[in-house]
Amino acid sequence: MDWSPLLISLATSLAATAVTLVAGLAAAAWRQNRAGAGAALVDGIFILPLVLPPTVVGFLLLLLFGRNGPLGKLLLRFDATVVFSWPATVIAATVVAFPLMYITARAALEQVDPHLLQAARTLGASEARIFREVALPLAWPGVLAGTILSFARALGEFGATLMLAGNIPGKTETIPIAIYFAVEANEIQRAMAWCAVDVGISIALLGGLYYWTHAQRLRRERWGQH
Amino acid sequence: MTLEVQIEKKLADFTLEVAFRATETPLSILGASGAGKSMLLRCIAGLEKPDCGRIALNDRVLFDSERRVGIPARERRIGMLFQHYALFPHRTVAQNIAFGLHHLPHDQQEARTASLVTRTHLAGLEQRYPRELSGGEQQRTALARALAIQPEALLLDEPLSALDTHLRGQVEAQLQETFASFRRPALLVTHNMEEAYRLGEQLLVLARGRVAAFGAKQEIFRRPPTSEVARLTGCKNISPARANPDGTIEALDWACRLRLAQMPATPPKFIGIRAHHLDFLDSAPESAAEPNVIPCWIVRMSETPFRITLFLSLNGERAEAGEAHLQAEVFKEKWERFRNRPQPWRVRLAPESLFAMPE
Repeated sequence: MDWSPLLISLATSLAATAVTLVAGLAAAAWRQNRAGAGAALVDGIFILPLVLPPTVVGFLLLLLFGRNGPLGKLLLRFDATVVFSWPATVIAATVVAFPLMYITARAALEQVDPHLLQAARTLGASEARIFREVALPLAWPGVLAGTILSFARALGEFGATLMLAGNIPGKTETIPIAIYFAVEANEIQRAMAWCAVDVGISIALLGGLYYWTHAQRLRRERWGQH
Repeated sequence: MTLEVQIEKKLADFTLEVAFRATETPLSILGASGAGKSMLLRCIAGLEKPDCGRIALNDRVLFDSERRVGIPARERRIGMLFQHYALFPHRTVAQNIAFGLHHLPHDQQEARTASLVTRTHLAGLEQRYPRELSGGEQQRTALARALAIQPEALLLDEPLSALDTHLRGQVEAQLQETFASFRRPALLVTHNMEEAYRLGEQLLVLARGRVAAFGAKQEIFRRPPTSEVARLTGCKNISPARANPDGTIEALDWACRLRLAQMPATPPKFIGIRAHHLDFLDSAPESAAEPNVIPCWIVRMSETPFRITLFLSLNGERAEAGEAHLQAEVFKEKWERFRNRPQPWRVRLAPESLFAMPE
């Protein structure tokens, strides 16, 4: 059996989660001290991939990164193309996973008592240090939950990936895509094997999340937060 | 060491408009809740931006709307004690105290933290989390954390309000000790007049965003400049008043004529006397001429552990049940001596205890 879909899926999801974590946190931190119509519009754009069908997201990405798209043209100048390559799977997974990270991180950061941030300010701390040493540690459980959700979403991504990255075995063929084409080719055994792998990964993730939140709850009881 | 404040800020239902100067003696800011006290502190700390005005600490201008100066909170070097302490729950006592010492080498951080732990009587609790401390210990940790940055001024927002009554005395002593060694501007906001009196030397009374009184606390409590300040400083007996041509003052709500030790320069609109200044006479006055002695009846009373508050009706006007002219506060010993005497009693509003107010 060719294990490449598993490796591609894991590599894609890990890369997408890493990008999402950084970008989602940055976006959530940026959004924290802002209000008004502009911020609300940005909110809408950030969350859009969650509500759009993945095929629409995939098609829009294709327009953006295609030979005639603005980003595609830009990349061509450096002799690079994204469409139908491994980075395309990462881009597609990142875009669909980003809203989950953004929403959870924002909610977690908003839960942090603003008086703590103000106290830190009066104690001379820079905004970056306040984020790192006060806001983030207190919002961490929510941020981690968002990370796991993003990873799961990236792992399950199908529609946008197929549109932007296609199905190139050994290159862009992730587990969901392998399952789809296995079923289409009537290779039921192969499809079932990949389904079992997917279920296994998901159960491991959810179990890990459960045990981790449980341990975290015990620790946070010591901090006096529930 | 001076803190000069002159700011205006529009709030939801009034404008905060305050100007004062604080020196090394602690200043209590007294006001009802919602009078703008916390907002004032937040403006000084740099957590809120006034609409206009100027804030200067020693020779540093922290805020000046005309010169477009606005030093951020982190550069103001002003220690702030929040009402609910705002301790970092994920850091131990020692880590909380050391938070503002980030810029120092590690050994200096430890040395300064250790000395603050000793000074605020927190020895042995360094490795605890805030959750594991009593209210008083949390408060001392927050105080140590604020003092760690060697602030040039200290702001305390309702420092005792979150504490149980039996802890307040102990924490008050700690605060007094801190103020005594601090010798820099210290501002303390409270809605409790006794706290304001005990902890501050100077007193600023804030009412709906404006300074209603500012000065030495003894003077403000003895002679409140306005009826509003009288009320805020706990005066229970205030009546509209009118000056009579014969030099007496007519207390309109109490339906009586009173003499003051000193006639006020401006015509009085109100007259007041504190409940514990009312005196009950044992026997008939020596001479009929003794001023301000009035027959009274007890309408109702309320009892506290050591004192009795009596609600009096004056001059044979048998007031309706519950409606009283004056409130008197007497110790229980005195009450025991008087309680069985036939009414009316005679109450004396000593001329030197009465104060007239122009507004």
